[in-house]
Amino acid sequence: MCATCGCDQPEDHVKILLAGEKSEKSHHHEHHHSHDGHHHHDHTVVELEKDVLQKNNLLAERNRGFLLAKNITAFNLVSSPGSGKTTLLVQTLKKLIPQFNVTVIEGDQQTMNDADKIAETSAKVVQVNTGKGCHLDAHMVLHAIEKLQPQNDSLLFIENVGNLVCPSLFDLGEKERVVIFSVTEGDDKPIKYPTIFESATACVIHKTDLLPYVDFDIEKAKDYALRVNPKLKFFEISSTKETGFDDWLSYLKNNLTVPTMT
Amino acid sequence: MHELSIALSIVDIAEKEVAKIKGESVSDIELEIGKLAGIEKEALEFAWPEAIKNSVLSEANRVIRWVEAEAICNECQKTYPINDLYDICPHCGSYFKGINKGKELKIKSLTIC
Repeated sequence: MCATCGCDQPEDHVKILLAGEKSEKSHHHEHHHSHDGHHHHDHTVVELEKDVLQKNNLLAERNRGFLLAKNITAFNLVSSPGSGKTTLLVQTLKKLIPQFNVTVIEGDQQTMNDADKIAETSAKVVQVNTGKGCHLDAHMVLHAIEKLQPQNDSLLFIENVGNLVCPSLFDLGEKERVVIFSVTEGDDKPIKYPTIFESATACVIHKTDLLPYVDFDIEKAKDYALRVNPKLKFFEISSTKETGFDDWLSYLKNNLTVPTMT
Repeated sequence: MHELSIALSIVDIAEKEVAKIKGESVSDIELEIGKLAGIEKEALEFAWPEAIKNSVLSEANRVIRWVEAEAICNECQKTYPINDLYDICPHCGSYFKGINKGKELKIKSLTIC
């Protein structure tokens, strides 16, 4: 049992490391199932009506409360692999860091590569290696935040595992969920993977410098995304050519608010 | 394949419920899953045998009640059945909607022996 959050530690295959930190052999938590003194029940029907994701959702709300109290604004970045999430994040950090305190949680199945790239920007970063896991969950993020120790009045970026399906079901406690897709992926992505677009609050159309070379209709892409989620905000960005950053940075900054008493 | 973590969460909840009443195993489990919950039937069926191995659910008979999805139009306030999140209101053509039903992901009941 984990003393901090009162739940089981992340599974042994999940590793949470600061950039530059070496992986230690994780200690094993044994689970004892006591079978002594059990009674025999022939059939007990338990009308449970319990949400399967309840444990994740409770931990996500716990993260959200912690972040709110410290006035930390968290962005959950979700996309398929290869959409350019890390490049977008590196460029964004370079532009934000002079003014803001920013920390990063990197989610990948394996390697510290992305954390190392982020660490070069001087942002404090924790890498979560999910092993076989295809998404981050609120529990991993809770322990990553513990390790990260983000300061008050700061921004937290959570780069989820590259996957356009699974992360949609797992609330991490973020304020904003940003779905990123690149123009090389096809303009019908929002209706092929509607669940993630429905759960997002903003959408980055990335690698716009490649538009002249690919068959991608940007208006059609937006229309598809709006059918799934009429409230989506859009940002058209090229990280390599550094275009489209003004609106994106305003959006990020506008989400960093000092709570006021009403 | 988030269905594996979903199946493991189900096992986890079942283990706790069985321990609560000092039972031994589950003979029947009834799940309620909405058609827009983001769960693929085939993926769940694929993950299930692996997830329940050596658990209280290893011999359990599993019943899934699939819930049809229903939306309410934010423009004309009428309800309509939907199959996909991008379906439009058949009455007024608007995309603006709330989802009334179809996102359930619940354990309805367990029969514990």
